[in-house]
Amino acid sequence: MEPSDHLFRHEAGRMVATLTRIFGVHNLALAEDVVQDAFCRALEVWKFRGVPENPSAWLMMTAKNRALDVLRRERTARTFAPELGRLLESEWTLAPAVEEFFSSKEIQDDQLRMMFSCCPPRLPEEAQVALILHILCGFSVDEVAAAFVSTHDAIEKRITRAKKIFASSKRFFDIADAQDFAARLPAVHRALYLLFNEGYHGASSESAVRVELCQEAMRLMALLRAHPLGSTPASYALSALMSLHAARLPGRLDSSGDLRALLDQDRSRWDARLVEEGEKLLELSASGPELTEYHLEASIAWVHAAAPSAEETNWEMIVELYDRLLALRPSPVVALNRAIAIAQREGPQRGIEEIRAIANADRLAAYPFYHAALGEFEFRSGRPEIAAEHFGAALACARNPMERRFLQQRVTACSPDTPPATADTPATPRRPAAR
Amino acid sequence: MSEFVYLYRGGEAERSPERMQQQMQRWMAWFKELGEKGHIKDIGHPLEGGGKVVRGTKKTVTDGPFAEAKDVIGGFTLIQARDLDQAVELSKGCPIFETEGAVEVRPVRIMNM
Repeated sequence: MEPSDHLFRHEAGRMVATLTRIFGVHNLALAEDVVQDAFCRALEVWKFRGVPENPSAWLMMTAKNRALDVLRRERTARTFAPELGRLLESEWTLAPAVEEFFSSKEIQDDQLRMMFSCCPPRLPEEAQVALILHILCGFSVDEVAAAFVSTHDAIEKRITRAKKIFASSKRFFDIADAQDFAARLPAVHRALYLLFNEGYHGASSESAVRVELCQEAMRLMALLRAHPLGSTPASYALSALMSLHAARLPGRLDSSGDLRALLDQDRSRWDARLVEEGEKLLELSASGPELTEYHLEASIAWVHAAAPSAEETNWEMIVELYDRLLALRPSPVVALNRAIAIAQREGPQRGIEEIRAIANADRLAAYPFYHAALGEFEFRSGRPEIAAEHFGAALACARNPMERRFLQQRVTACSPDTPPATADTPATPRRPAAR
Repeated sequence: MSEFVYLYRGGEAERSPERMQQQMQRWMAWFKELGEKGHIKDIGHPLEGGGKVVRGTKKTVTDGPFAEAKDVIGGFTLIQARDLDQAVELSKGCPIFETEGAVEVRPVRIMNM
């Protein structure tokens, strides 16, 4: 039989989590060695004998046996998890204790413990995301670097530092403590949100990498929601946001592999099943008094998903949702998106005014779609020369070949020899929307 | 048809779970292809790294084999091929070369007079 896609990657996260619980956070490196060892055995044996009936169980069993070896051999030389305590001292108690750690319910919870342990307040957000990707999703340093469009050295440094902080924490995060759980949950949400965004908006031009990051974030969110303390309205809202955005991924590239702006996408290519799932999750999120940024962002995504075409989008509702989002989490990118929505409703001139009014707009200076939005509105207002300058500025900050190609086309469209444009940037209406 | 033994020597395991899985799948695909073309007499076995060496009239037992990592035999397969040239040609599809390993192709000596 063929192993399922990313089997090793997913099992790596499960095994490291469980082994770290047994060995203790300070022995993370040991846990990683045992996992590597289990994979080596699988590689050697499976290539001759084929993939076993239950590959996950085979790998877990191998990891468990190696863990027992390590515990027996090193129980005097090393200290392991405090929970294991005196159970280690006798063979009578050691094996049953380890057995218990490897029960499926515990393994599931261990992944949550790991997720929370990766998000301590003293770790910068970007390091939390890298750590989750590396430890829980089984991405190698090179794979994390590829996903973040960074260098091996930079990512290795970031992960090594993060691991040091991780290993110096006193214990594995205790998910049974409802108060601690609730206190750490927003940080976990944020890290998974950033992980998803890296896939969705990130600089990597390889769509396979992007889809994988989105899928990983969604997989971890599903794990989180499966825990009673994790299934909060905010968790549902964040999951809804991810599903509704992921639904649009197939439409982002056209048949020739070119980037397509949201308003210009073939909506029949959006994933209807994911839209439906997103709607369901969004409904589930609508309980309790708390309205998070995830609720608002998911609602915006839902308005887009519900519109049969760009022209028939309820822009008024989108502007209103952006207003509330800005109040909750002020950010120049959110303000830019709001300006674009206003332009959809009230015409390009209003869009330019709104963009000019953005506070901290200097923080958008390196963001290609800031310049592209200005270019598009100038173009729509009949000033192609000014538009060309803005598109030129956008082109200068393009982050990958796809963006570069897309923006180059816009620059070309501004030249007087070019017939009226057919493509739109994410920023613009095909025609100024009438009120 | 003659018989040959492939001895797989060395070959590093990848460090990334994803790439290890791909590596394994390439091996499985290669064995499958050889099998479908009727070249596998016995797929053979993977071998553990360590073991013992018993040597000499005194039958001295030592740990081993102490070969360099790149020379350690990690497994073997019994192959059927027309001649040595074909056996060599077939071995070139082995994924071990992607990880700096080697395949030793040895004809099985038969009992002809």
